[in-house]
Amino acid sequence: MTALLEVEDLRVAYGKIEAVKGISFKVDAGQVVTLIGTNGAGKTTTLRTLSGLLKPSGGSIRFEGKDLSKVPAHKVVSLGLAHSPEGRHIFPRMSIEDNLRLGAYLRDDKAGIAKDIQRAYDLFPILGERRRQAAGTLSGGEQQMLAMGRALMSQPKLLMLDEPSMGLSPIMMQKIMATITELKSQGTTILLVEQNAQAALSLADQGYVMEVGKITLTGSGQDLLHDESVRKAYLGED
Amino acid sequence: MHELPQQLANGLILGAMYGLIAIGYTMVYGIVQLINFAHGEIFMVGGFGALTVYTALPSSLGLITAIPLMILGGVLVSVLVAVAAERFAYRPLRTAPRLAPLITAIGLSIALQQLVWMGYPDAKKDVPFPRFEGDALTILGAHIQRGDLFVLIAAPLCMIALGFFVNKTRTGRGMQATSQDPDTAKLMGINTDRIIVMAFAIGAAFAAVAAVAYGLKNGQIGFRMGFIMGLKAFTAAVLGGIGNIYGAMLGGVVLGVAESLATGYISEIPGMELFGGGGWKDVWAFALLIIVLLVRPQGLLGERVADRA
Repeated sequence: MTALLEVEDLRVAYGKIEAVKGISFKVDAGQVVTLIGTNGAGKTTTLRTLSGLLKPSGGSIRFEGKDLSKVPAHKVVSLGLAHSPEGRHIFPRMSIEDNLRLGAYLRDDKAGIAKDIQRAYDLFPILGERRRQAAGTLSGGEQQMLAMGRALMSQPKLLMLDEPSMGLSPIMMQKIMATITELKSQGTTILLVEQNAQAALSLADQGYVMEVGKITLTGSGQDLLHDESVRKAYLGED
Repeated sequence: MHELPQQLANGLILGAMYGLIAIGYTMVYGIVQLINFAHGEIFMVGGFGALTVYTALPSSLGLITAIPLMILGGVLVSVLVAVAAERFAYRPLRTAPRLAPLITAIGLSIALQQLVWMGYPDAKKDVPFPRFEGDALTILGAHIQRGDLFVLIAAPLCMIALGFFVNKTRTGRGMQATSQDPDTAKLMGINTDRIIVMAFAIGAAFAAVAAVAYGLKNGQIGFRMGFIMGLKAFTAAVLGGIGNIYGAMLGGVVLGVAESLATGYISEIPGMELFGGGGWKDVWAFALLIIVLLVRPQGLLGERVADRA
């Protein structure tokens, strides 16, 4: 089986500073793959490069066999790659429904869009109750739901979630993780970037540990969860 | 001459023109955070574009039938100049420090004035613009020149069309998204470069409509007309809350009415006899701006929605 996403020796630099120093990983269709690591490991930089917001300085990104490294950001989503960015970045002065509509910006099937908006409301009922409200008035957790719902609106082949649990209350975090589990059971392919290693690894098929721009460890979610060095470094055990 | 309805009507006519021009400042600022100081000249070249079309038309054609074609000509020239400015002057500087595009805009403004001054026949002084013949109409106690009806009809139509475009169409929503968060807009599949060009083009088209209104009202246009009108429209955009399209029109109308009322009534306040009349109207306009910004720094309709990160 060929991988849906295949990243090889990817390098990304901000000026002279290299933030991602030659990483390789892959995501198969139907899998949940997670990149874990501390702040500054280069996880967000990696996702922003995959979606075209940053240009790689080396290496290759293949999505369904197609080279992504020269595709401009606004064309990436049309290939089937949706990105829910770190910090949520919902459009604060637009309504929740308009935010969702923007997720379907390139789609022309009105009926399908309406159906998918309804699906987002089924997944996150609070969004449906507040559909006319400005998105900036939502709580952090609700904004995260909206960001995920919006990313799903493009019917992606690969959903990239950057730090979906960041800054959320424990209850809200559980809710978000439960939703990711639900999406996984529906067959959505997900690339999950998280600082919360415990939560991410317990639902991931495959995990990669990133440290200062490099992948230092890889294995199945369960293996990494029980790996001693991971437990020490990321799960707070001595 | 100093009756209230008349002063209000004068203010409204002037203010609608300010508002139409202000849309261009506010849209461009809302999307690329650039004060396009050449926008006054985008307005000015629109006037010359409209006049060129009028001159080329057979004189047997009445002014009323010529107007749609004049608007078309003006819009075409303004849009072309604005889009070229964006493409060749501003886009290469998009990642440069803020000051660079700002100074470029000022340079462009001077260059456009000089180009018209040198290149347009007889434009070294003001050139005549067609006007409607006939007596003023009396509406609600105010005498309104026939040519002034143009802006009173065109401005609301333009605003309705713009409101529809921005809120009800996909591209309009893409424009709002780009102004709120350009990177995330790209993630949605929005071609933000195209949206930026569109913001310049819409602003230019509205400025051209304002230029036709200006010509019909004053009976003449000139290469310098963009300076003070542009400055006032920029003031209107800030007054209304820069980035907000309805704020731009509201700011324009408030500014126009305030100028008109100040011209008419300030001198009747005891001790203020010296400060009445048209010569002081710009002073009152900017005084109003300062007062509003002291009380409401974000402008009349400027928004401060909490963006919880």
